[in-house]
Amino acid sequence: METIKEKPVETKRHSYKSLLVENIKYRTHLTKKYINRTLYKPVDEKMVCVFIPGTIKKIFVKKGRKVKEGDRLLVFEAMKMNNDILSPIDGVVESVNVKVGDKVTKQQVIIELK
Amino acid sequence: MGLKQKTADLKKRMREAVKGGGTKAIEKQKAIGKKTARERILAILDPKSFHEYDMFVKHAGTDFNMDKKFLPGDGVITGTGTISGHPVCIYAQDFTVAGGSLGWAHAKKITKIMDHAMKLKIPIIGINDSGGARIQEGVNALAGYGEIFYRNTQASGVIPQISVILGPCAGGAVYSPALTDFVFVVDGVSKMFITGPEVIKTVLGEEISMEDLGGAKVHCETTGNAHFYAKDEEECFYQIKELVSFIPWNNEIKATPYPKKSPKTKKYNIPDIIPADPRQPYDVRHIIKAITDDSEFFEIQELFAANIVIGFGRISGQTVGFVANQPLVLAGVLDVDSSDKGARFIRYCDSFNIPLVTLVDLPGYLPGVDQEHAGVIRHGAKLLYAYSEATVPKITVIMRKAYGGGYIAMCSAHLRADFVCAWPTAEIAVMGPEGAANIIFRNEIKNAEDPDDMRKQKVKEYKNKFANPYVAAAYGYVDAVIEPFETRKFIVHALEVSDHKDIIGPKKKHGIPPF
Repeated sequence: METIKEKPVETKRHSYKSLLVENIKYRTHLTKKYINRTLYKPVDEKMVCVFIPGTIKKIFVKKGRKVKEGDRLLVFEAMKMNNDILSPIDGVVESVNVKVGDKVTKQQVIIELK
Repeated sequence: MGLKQKTADLKKRMREAVKGGGTKAIEKQKAIGKKTARERILAILDPKSFHEYDMFVKHAGTDFNMDKKFLPGDGVITGTGTISGHPVCIYAQDFTVAGGSLGWAHAKKITKIMDHAMKLKIPIIGINDSGGARIQEGVNALAGYGEIFYRNTQASGVIPQISVILGPCAGGAVYSPALTDFVFVVDGVSKMFITGPEVIKTVLGEEISMEDLGGAKVHCETTGNAHFYAKDEEECFYQIKELVSFIPWNNEIKATPYPKKSPKTKKYNIPDIIPADPRQPYDVRHIIKAITDDSEFFEIQELFAANIVIGFGRISGQTVGFVANQPLVLAGVLDVDSSDKGARFIRYCDSFNIPLVTLVDLPGYLPGVDQEHAGVIRHGAKLLYAYSEATVPKITVIMRKAYGGGYIAMCSAHLRADFVCAWPTAEIAVMGPEGAANIIFRNEIKNAEDPDDMRKQKVKEYKNKFANPYVAAAYGYVDAVIEPFETRKFIVHALEVSDHKDIIGPKKKHGIPPF
């Protein structure tokens, strides 16, 4: 019996990108989530940042001050809590980018060490 | 009062109750494209099948002058009915009554219908449309949520639980849907989040709209909290009816069988769909449709982690759960989201006696720091756990690539697949030929006069020897190598002979899957 051959379902071929897995290049679509993924950046411990918005309450260090890992640098209020910001390394304060009463945003560099 | 007057009194009371929050509140509800709670129930259930319970329940609030307020049905409608003849318990929060807020009596109505569903061993459908806890009732409102969450957990894996988000569902309230099996959302109507845009703005200074934070699209595409996306409520109700037709009423029985039908093989012909070059993509859903009755496939979480495809189809009238790598998206790799999505579905099918068919064609795991740091190890492990744990019939079809850890994870013989078949195009190997050749022949390639030429030659050598199904078949890891067009026949037979499959595992309270 002769069968009528319908055209198979076509997919859009023009919009493929390539994805490399184990040295093999695959032609495929990418997802929004994959395209928007955050690329890894190594953490620079010399740049002291805050992880949440808040207010600077007290500052204990000045430019040129030698600090040890674990020393209190400043007190920062966020979510109704006073948080001690400690020095992540042994070093010297290069600059203090904030003053008492400043409102800071997420990921803002507040103190630079060297 | 005689019977006549008493009947008239009953009718008057019912009229009062059915009014809900009154004309004004109903108009407001309709103005934003939402149906009323009662309309929604009637639209989902078979005509005239709805039987309402607890219409005259009074709310329990006494503080803040609440005792002087009349809240019809306390803002939730509950009852039983049928969907295409399948019995279900159902409840719908009524936003027109005190914003659908959850008080003690409201929660009591919900937990009563949930208990009912457990006794009757039939699915429960919950329609969420609520501003949250009724603050005036204080800790009793919280107790109400807790009682619902506990029952959701107890009912999990016993009766199907379906959540429909048709309005706001915020704060603690989100955890009832999150504990259920399937979550339906509607564009522009559903809003789900733990903390709303206001709080996020105050605390974190991040500005975002409600839709972008927890709208239907976000939960279907990004978070994976929702399983079904619909443009409007009508489409959503249609999806619910479809789903109910595929699943059994409870975990002791199988899904209701349907009349057998053949696939539309003229439209979906496997040799026409699949490119021979393993690097070329195709839509794996077409392969599924080439196998299922009437080429029907009911996809779940279509928009989330589209690199794996999950959903229901029927084979010889019997419901089957499909798990398939999707070469069309991210080359079909396994990653955090796709492992999560696959694993949860496998556990669903296992709980509800739905055999699993796994279609394999994947290059491996998605490389990247973001993946590693997001915990692809523990998320990926969920897939291994779910497949190993599942005792329903497990049928695996290896179509093309099955490399490395991906091969093991995709229901290999080692995780106790009952039937493994491979197509002649299958490549079952420890890794892709390029990668393998680079390692095995590292020195030959490095020391060659023309390393690139040597590499090509060695890759070819490796491909010829290992990029096929016969090495695995020689060890018995593949039960049969079949022609692609025989796939349905293979699965039909596998299902026939495994109808009484029974496995008794080691005695334990429960395992500890990598949640």
